[in-house]
Amino acid sequence: MIPADGSTVAADITTGRRRYHRGVPETTPPVTEQLIHARGLTKCFGSFTAVNGIDFDVAPGEAFGFLGPNGAGKTSTMRMIGTVSPVTSGELTVFGLDPAQHGARIRARLGVVPQADTLDSELSVLENLLTYGRYFDLSWAESRRRAKELLEFVQLSERSDDRVEPLSGGMKRRLVIARSLINEPSLLLLDEPTTGLDPQARHLVWDRLYRLKQRGVTLCLTTHYMDEAEQLCDRLVVMDQARIVAEGSPRQLIDRYVTREVLELRFRRADDETDDSSYLDGRLEGLAERIEQLPDRVLVYTEDGEAAAATAYERGLRPASVLVRRSSLEDVFLRLTGRSLVD
Amino acid sequence: MTITGLRRARPGAIASRRSLHVLEHDLLVFRRGWYSYLLSGLSQPFLYLVSMGIGLGLYVNRNGGVPGGVPYLDYIAPALLVTQAMMAGAFEAAWPIMGKIHWDKTYFAALNTPIGALDLLVGDLMWIGFRATLLSVLFLVVIVLLGAAASPLVVLAVPVAVLTALAFAAPIMAFAATQTGDGGFTALFRFGITPMFLFSGTFFPIERLPLFLQPLAWITPLYHGVAAARSLALGQVDPVGLTVHVAALVAVALAGLWAGRITFRRRLVV
Repeated sequence: MIPADGSTVAADITTGRRRYHRGVPETTPPVTEQLIHARGLTKCFGSFTAVNGIDFDVAPGEAFGFLGPNGAGKTSTMRMIGTVSPVTSGELTVFGLDPAQHGARIRARLGVVPQADTLDSELSVLENLLTYGRYFDLSWAESRRRAKELLEFVQLSERSDDRVEPLSGGMKRRLVIARSLINEPSLLLLDEPTTGLDPQARHLVWDRLYRLKQRGVTLCLTTHYMDEAEQLCDRLVVMDQARIVAEGSPRQLIDRYVTREVLELRFRRADDETDDSSYLDGRLEGLAERIEQLPDRVLVYTEDGEAAAATAYERGLRPASVLVRRSSLEDVFLRLTGRSLVD
Repeated sequence: MTITGLRRARPGAIASRRSLHVLEHDLLVFRRGWYSYLLSGLSQPFLYLVSMGIGLGLYVNRNGGVPGGVPYLDYIAPALLVTQAMMAGAFEAAWPIMGKIHWDKTYFAALNTPIGALDLLVGDLMWIGFRATLLSVLFLVVIVLLGAAASPLVVLAVPVAVLTALAFAAPIMAFAATQTGDGGFTALFRFGITPMFLFSGTFFPIERLPLFLQPLAWITPLYHGVAAARSLALGQVDPVGLTVHVAALVAVALAGLWAGRITFRRRLVV
């Protein structure tokens, strides 16, 4: 069902467009180059604004990410794209279609991996896929054929007749991914695909998503894991408090918002010491363009970590441990969204 | 291939087809436990009819019987057939529906496909109708086996029972879509369904109720279901009365469907 090379899916996308052109009156908005196109997209729940006028585009074949803390508006955005949540205001097209008018038609071409698994515990693994195929109006035979292939793809063939409940979290997640692929979607929406999974399970999921991407499936995902965004996303936006605060490739964002390296100095301090800065005594001043102080350590953002560490020693600082590392998306994230805990 | 659903995307034309897929899902679940349905579907009517119709009926018949002089078993059998369908309809529309919305959230999985909120409502209502049909047919078999059918028209008590089940299921589904816990259902069954079961002319004519309570019985859908089924089973059909009863049931079912359309959308499309 999933073509071996990317070309077929690309062809599917174009065929889809042609069909859409043929069957739809001129009232529909024109097809854009983008699979998803949003301008000033806003979602309100009563007086609460979950998404506040965001702009973004997702091109065919791209892996696009929404990165942000809990409550930033990622899920609301995904639900609007998935046409299951009405847009409050602004512009949104998916496959060039208006979700308000063509919801079912858009959903027919979408794969969705929701945050909660929403598997049917009364059915077996295989039956979960079969009914889902039927929801897409596939024949029983075709559903069965695709379901078997997909179970192979997510390495669940041996569990095909088991109930869903005894499956591990990682297996359930893989099953949900298989379910989302039953209609051979050209666009896959994944809302926190690996949250709560152990490292092995996460890597397996990443591997499968990477394969899909290679086959030309457009991925659109939300995450609050930096490594996930770095692994999977060609391009991402950082969301915070219902707005987009930055956009670019992982590398671009790191270049733009943080330095090349980070020097981490960890100090051993007496428990009763309350004043955070006293132990530094101003000795790091001018050492780097940005210095961030945490309760137990100091982060020095610099182009050359080793040199900064040497300077700190010269100035008489004696940290308990020193670590020089490349800066990561996590530094960007914390810089942009702050360190305060979001519940 | 990718866009299988696309060509048939005319909303009106596809609505019924999509809701059939929802029904199929329920049948797939049913396939796993059909034998237990079958077993309870046969044993329940047998127990009720033997204990109440024959056991209790012995005393009723000996003490003057019910109006019209029919044996108590014949009197009570069509009523129990209808109440069992009602119970099934009411139950299936309550907890399982809220579960699909609130506990397992499987409705939300379906909504990520071309299936819409109305398809879920109609599809699951059809499932409840199917279940009620199955139970009622089994009940009818027991009635016939016990020789409690006075008229061949008793066969038509089955559609009446199914209609009664739907008249309960539709509004309760609408109600279920507004609930986030099962407290509402407990109250509904304790103060609504159970009293109705006892006082809607099931076990004794509503003319025995205090005068001020009788109009209350008329407005309960169960009364209409019981009265219609009984007139058919006893072969004492009054065409006008039967029409009124059936019309009342259809009206309640449609009103429930209309309400469900609103509450399902409100709950599922946010």
